[in-house]
Amino acid sequence: MTTSTAPSATELFARVLRHEHRADPYPHYTRMLDHPVSRLDDGSWLVSGYQEIRQLLHDPRSSADRLDPQNTTPKAARSLLLQDPPFHDQLRRVVTQEFIPRIMGMRDHLGELVARLLDAHISAGPGELDIVADLAYPLPVTVICELLGVPAEDEPLFGSLARRLTRGLDPVDTQTEEELRELDRARGELVQYLEGLIARRRSDPGDDLLSGLMFHQDPDDVLDPVQLRVTLGLLLIAGHETTVNLIANGTLALLRHPDVLARLRTDPDLATPLVEEVLRHDPPVQMSGRSALADIDIASTTIPQGSRIRLMLAAGNRDAIRFDDPGRFVPDRRDNAHLGFGGGIHYCVGATLARAEAQIALTAIARRLQEPRLVDDPPPYRENAILRGPERLPVAFARLGPDHTPAR
Amino acid sequence: MITKPGPQPPSHPLRLVVDLNRCQSYGQCVYAAPTVFRFHAEESLEYDYAPEGGVRREVERAAAACPVQAITLGGATEPAPGAHGDHR
Amino acid sequence: MTAPGAAGPRTGRIVVVGASLAGLRAAEALRDEGFTGELTMIGDEPHAPYDRPPLSKAVLSGRLDCDHIELPRVRDIDARWLLGTPATGLDVPGHRVALADGRSMAYDRLLIATGTRARTWPARAGGGLDGVHVLRTREDAERLRGALLNGPSRVLVIGAGFTGGEVASSCAESGLAVTVTQRGAAPLAGALGGTVGRAAADWYHAAGVDLRLNTTVRALEGDPSGRLRRAVLSDGTVLDTEVAVVATGALANTEWLSGSGLAADHRGVVTDDRCRAMTTDGNPAEDIFATGDIARRPHPLHPGRLLRLNHWDGAVAQARTAAHHIVHGPGAQHLRQPLPAFWSQQFGHYLKSIGVPALADQVAITQGSLHQRRFVAAYGLEGRLIGAVAVDSPRVLDGYAALIEARAPFPPALGATDGPAHPDIIDAAFPGRDTGGTRDHPGHTPSAIAPAPNR
Repeated sequence: MTTSTAPSATELFARVLRHEHRADPYPHYTRMLDHPVSRLDDGSWLVSGYQEIRQLLHDPRSSADRLDPQNTTPKAARSLLLQDPPFHDQLRRVVTQEFIPRIMGMRDHLGELVARLLDAHISAGPGELDIVADLAYPLPVTVICELLGVPAEDEPLFGSLARRLTRGLDPVDTQTEEELRELDRARGELVQYLEGLIARRRSDPGDDLLSGLMFHQDPDDVLDPVQLRVTLGLLLIAGHETTVNLIANGTLALLRHPDVLARLRTDPDLATPLVEEVLRHDPPVQMSGRSALADIDIASTTIPQGSRIRLMLAAGNRDAIRFDDPGRFVPDRRDNAHLGFGGGIHYCVGATLARAEAQIALTAIARRLQEPRLVDDPPPYRENAILRGPERLPVAFARLGPDHTPAR
Repeated sequence: MITKPGPQPPSHPLRLVVDLNRCQSYGQCVYAAPTVFRFHAEESLEYDYAPEGGVRREVERAAAACPVQAITLGGATEPAPGAHGDHR
Repeated sequence: MTAPGAAGPRTGRIVVVGASLAGLRAAEALRDEGFTGELTMIGDEPHAPYDRPPLSKAVLSGRLDCDHIELPRVRDIDARWLLGTPATGLDVPGHRVALADGRSMAYDRLLIATGTRARTWPARAGGGLDGVHVLRTREDAERLRGALLNGPSRVLVIGAGFTGGEVASSCAESGLAVTVTQRGAAPLAGALGGTVGRAAADWYHAAGVDLRLNTTVRALEGDPSGRLRRAVLSDGTVLDTEVAVVATGALANTEWLSGSGLAADHRGVVTDDRCRAMTTDGNPAEDIFATGDIARRPHPLHPGRLLRLNHWDGAVAQARTAAHHIVHGPGAQHLRQPLPAFWSQQFGHYLKSIGVPALADQVAITQGSLHQRRFVAAYGLEGRLIGAVAVDSPRVLDGYAALIEARAPFPPALGATDGPAHPDIIDAAFPGRDTGGTRDHPGHTPSAIAPAPNR
């Protein structure tokens, strides 16, 4: 053990943002927990404790406005993620009412999509596939495109836009000028694509989510043309990049724990608690943000009104005060009230869909890939620190069999 | 510290209860097991404590998905006590 | 005769009187805590433990059958069950419980969880008429549901507390004409105060319920065959009705304890913070504990007061506390007491409460407004935040809970985006109190006006 002085919260936060720590930021998140609430040198506040994060997610004194000085978008044109009540509540109700009915009863279809993606790699002998490119990435893209009514031939374009835009969810101060310019280009392309899609639906509505949102009978009239576009963009990015990472992180967990993989193969119901544990142990969304609307006394300190707050969801999920043996992956962990989908009024709208996609994909991987193993451990990671996940996840196998028992 | 036992084995009838003090109407249970859980009006959760018809898997998904872990499933293997006087 | 203390804390005989939620959860917690001795469950109702909150809602509305409200048994408890067997007496020195069937059960330690029952309508004012109902048990709910299915021309609900509101709401949903009488100036005023209660009055009106405030029922009158026909109200109105539901509060089931030497009355059994029942001389009875609706106990946030937390959350949390102290004895470490919480569903609204609004002297609307569907009311006592009630806003209450636990000042400075910058402080308007300012604290220990929404 080294005996150097403990790293500051500022240093720990810098470490989890640094790409060299992307594969395993958890030792740094765990060290943050020594001080559940800390002030950073830039004046913002770092919150790592489970209870403290939970409180701030539910606290009327928290605003979802991150007070990002670089964000010059007018408030009305910001996404649901950055909105506060009462507008947030009105907008969220519309999105929920249109989105949820369209994803219920979707499990069988998800099973078919997963089966089809794996069928492309059926092999009687040894082979390899990239879980990210071949399964985790196309699955949610297809799902969100089907939901929105994006024509199948546009899926590749739509999907690549989502990947390019994901970087925009990282703190602006961690991005280069070139990255910011590239983001702007991608945003422009997405806006252009969505405008075209919206125009087509306006003249020819269908029963898809986009038509539902456009023609929603909404007494509050929250979905003006700008907010409609912003909401679609959010559904696209938040609705798929996170799922890619959930499936990839889950696959990593399975392949690093062969006993769990073997259990899942014989007991598909294990997928239910297992996905929750992936969301706790290796969450696709590592952090969130808030700002203080009033002075907030918390953990023996005071976050002053107007402060930016960084919520380290990945750290809270490893808080030993809340979770026994938090560093251990326990596939059937009980009472797993993790922070993987956030909490409070901003709790992930797509949580149900993400869970189902991951449960079905991981079960299929366990059942169909014989003797799977990671080609690289750790795999290469994408740049993103907030929506964190592998860039590629090559998995070698002895055989990839046909699908015999459809997942439910 | 009370440890929660696992869900009851499939041979026993399914029983569940939701702590509605803890419930915050996230709706994850409704989406996971719509024949067992439903919203009455906008936010008021209602549910069947003793659902029939092979919904155990859906109910276990609902319990696992609850963000505040408000759903408790039965874990007892003993038969339910009855009214017939003194018995074990 | 058994010598007290003859058995070790994990062995011996424990008798639990009361086989509802609190008794069941306590029994399970006893086994969890390592109790290996004999466990006996005594219940007056003939059913396996079931949940009461749905009785006034989904069951009454016909959306859920009584067979579908049985509580899950979380674990095996290896108990002897005596159901349909009310306890009739307690012999403290002899360590025995007398049962209605003439038997008596010896115990080394006793847990009292007999709960409450609905206050009935006096016979001299028509309480015995066919068509006069209370709502507490499965049988009550089935009887009332049957009566509603007969299509009465009007249902009279006496009392606009939680049960009354839920019953009126269910009846109105079923398309029945409903009149509700309320002694005070607003529904729910006893638990939430008149200010928030006035918002609830709007819910009644929106549902088409005929709400008569500041009105009592003088008498219920029947026809020669003994069927309810009319109600005479305090303002002289005569109301034709065939179904009346008496929802005027609950009484603790403590009659079987009379003469036992325990501090028990119609309000409940007084306990200390370890759930030990107190005797009339002010000392805890070492081997007798009480939990659930029946227990009135101190809470660290409200020193000098006894709170009866008669609702679901109290039953479960307290059951664990009781089991912990029963098994681990006087030296056991104290468990953290959760804040009281309760909920109600009525007229399409989901109302949740944290802390003890009923003790407040002031209230402030901190989010939304009383005229909107959603709002949060913060309750203060002598400048401190002690409770909050959220209507259709269940996800913010944890934030208020943290403030209450931290003894935050009232009104709380929230800056909430859906609330006023500086909330107006209003008199909480609890009935029977001075308006505003500090209240006199009488020498005796007052009891919180215990809300009883869910039982």
